[in-house]
Amino acid sequence: MELFLNPTKLLLTTAKDVLPVLGLLVVFQMVVLRRPLPRPGRIIFGFVLVLVGMACFLGGLDLALFPVGRAMALQLSASAQTGSSWAAYGWIYLFAFLVGFSTTIAEPSLIAVANKAEEASYKAVSSKGLRIAVALGVAVGITLGTFRIVTGTPLYLYILFGYMIVAIQTYFAPRMIIPLAYDSGGVTTSTVTVPLVAALGLGLASNIPGRSPVIDGFGLIAFASLFPIISVLGYAQLAQWVVRRRK
Amino acid sequence: MHTGLFLNLIKTLGKALLGACRDLAPIVIVIAVFQILVLHQPFPELVSVLGGLGLVIVGLALFVVGLDIGLFPLGEALAEEFSRKGSLVWLLVFAFALGFGTTVAEPALIAVTREGARAAAEAGLINNTPADIQRYALHVRLTVALSVGMAIVLGVLRILRGWSLPIIVVGGYILVMVMTLFAPKEIVGLAYDLGGVTTSTVTVPLVTALGVGLARTIRGRNPLTDGFGLIALASLAPMIFVMGYGFFSY
Repeated sequence: MELFLNPTKLLLTTAKDVLPVLGLLVVFQMVVLRRPLPRPGRIIFGFVLVLVGMACFLGGLDLALFPVGRAMALQLSASAQTGSSWAAYGWIYLFAFLVGFSTTIAEPSLIAVANKAEEASYKAVSSKGLRIAVALGVAVGITLGTFRIVTGTPLYLYILFGYMIVAIQTYFAPRMIIPLAYDSGGVTTSTVTVPLVAALGLGLASNIPGRSPVIDGFGLIAFASLFPIISVLGYAQLAQWVVRRRK
Repeated sequence: MHTGLFLNLIKTLGKALLGACRDLAPIVIVIAVFQILVLHQPFPELVSVLGGLGLVIVGLALFVVGLDIGLFPLGEALAEEFSRKGSLVWLLVFAFALGFGTTVAEPALIAVTREGARAAAEAGLINNTPADIQRYALHVRLTVALSVGMAIVLGVLRILRGWSLPIIVVGGYILVMVMTLFAPKEIVGLAYDLGGVTTSTVTVPLVTALGVGLARTIRGRNPLTDGFGLIALASLAPMIFVMGYGFFSY
């Protein structure tokens, strides 16, 4: 295989992601707001760091984690076909849970949002606590999502039920956490989580008889965006409850 | 003076590297344990795996430092300028352009819409010709980008006017559920997943910085309760719009 794949190509792909955004920002800053960039050197240096960082990150994932993780997901889901015993599925659920948790902890956009939340709340919300709550939500969501693929129950029932829980929690949860909790649903599913989770879902759906990869393989991402909302709201409710009890 | 800056940078980077190691430790442990204990296999091509791991750690550290000195300050500076200038129209145009522009070229979105179009063709919803499949994928992609643009506009208006986020979001959920009952079955799964894929690694920090920056500069708004929520709307809107597209086109 090609060791240290093509760095220029990787940089170019990332640049395609970052440059339009940068262009948009610069145009608005210069043409519409007619203001020079504040500390332009520093900001451009920051953008270069983001660009190089993302290229290294994605390239490294492709080299180190994705091949092994994908092969593992496929191998585990293949074992679901032969041994339909509980033990075979048990490993799959455990894998789903642990992969959901650990990929979310490494998710760059979640790090960004959690750091911003800690800063915006003057440290009332801890970045680490928030990330762990979100990761637990994703872990439970992915596990339930694989359970759904294994059992073949309809997706919308789970989503409907999840939405109802969110609506009820919204009513009782501390007000300050609600927007952040809603946001954490959309943040979790990006660069690290999706490729591994998609491999697991597609592998399972194509190995279990009676499941179609196009219909059953997908819904996992929806689970991973719904359950963090529940877990973050729950985390805030728990914290509130503990504080009240101490009083 | 330059050495001071340089030393500072080294210190920040070192801290970020340590943080990146901590953030990546869980996934490395999970994969290694499963590989060795469950699948009873040694690592294939250990050298390239270790090299890749090094790259991932360095990349994450650079990204986090770059956020702090590039993306976040720029997003907040823009938000501040906009609210100082007080031009609502330009702010909304910017919000739309940010949502639409960053979504329309998103690689994950392109991949998922292509899969969805193929599934729709297999299900007989559209003609099974490459041209039709491509057109369908493009339409769904534009629909999603449009919906994200409008979601950011709505979110910015919400911050400015102080509308209640739970009412909008829970109302949106109810709409999604009602639409799910009536939308063609093949588009429902696609619509649900599209909500999750639209928010990319560059967009999220920028949109968050914009929201928090706006909430911070407008009097009577709280950065935590009013500044967040843009991402939530950007993941909700595509579901509604794509299912709406489903009604419209079949």
